[in-house]
Amino acid sequence: MAVYSPLVTTKGTISTLMTIKAKFFATLRESLNIEQVDVNSDEVANVTDVWRVATAGEPMPDHVLCSVNLEHMPADTVVKDGDEIAFFPPVTGG
Amino acid sequence: MSVHIFPDPFVPADILSAHESSLTAGSFGATASFVGTMRDFNEGDDVTSMTLEHYPEMTAKQLQQIIERSIQDFDIQDALIAHRVGQINPGEPIVLTAVWSAHRAAAFDACRFLMEALKSEAPFWKKETLSDNSQRWVEKNTPGYSD
Repeated sequence: MAVYSPLVTTKGTISTLMTIKAKFFATLRESLNIEQVDVNSDEVANVTDVWRVATAGEPMPDHVLCSVNLEHMPADTVVKDGDEIAFFPPVTGG
Repeated sequence: MSVHIFPDPFVPADILSAHESSLTAGSFGATASFVGTMRDFNEGDDVTSMTLEHYPEMTAKQLQQIIERSIQDFDIQDALIAHRVGQINPGEPIVLTAVWSAHRAAAFDACRFLMEALKSEAPFWKKETLSDNSQRWVEKNTPGYSD
């Protein structure tokens, strides 16, 4: 299972800049076998792009919900350096 | 207002009592509360336990925002949400919502609002273990209204 690790640049130095954190929960975490990965923010413009890069191109199921910095947001939301994006199925608490 | 996330079993009456003791006696005339408890059955199957996963930082933020909306939108004094996470056994409380107000109408309405809002917005996910030890994710909530 993938877990968080700092990005390593082409110069071999560890960088925590220019990254977007992507998290996966519940059925998505299990089916994709990804818990958390960092995505280079240069490669993505919106939440859908983060999914594409983080999952290496897996199609996004219709029911997937997204959050940006702990708020529910649509998949076309623009993202920026330092954002935390999460993907999860419909919630079933209470 | 307060939000509680419990990784272990909690006693709703104790949470209610502790919170109410922080309010000014005589300043409210109605208390409405709802407790959701784990069943040992679902969709025709025997359920032996359940694991509640959540997104901790977002859960705390969303529940706090739901309480703030209830205080803004209803004529109430205070509100509380408590929720279990982790492994839960049948008969154990899963969720507690409670509201204090001057009169019953706002208390009932706001308490219902808290439950319906958290059911649709707070990032919790239930995974059931059945009597044959198989597991399955709960895919949707039951309707909140009977009609």
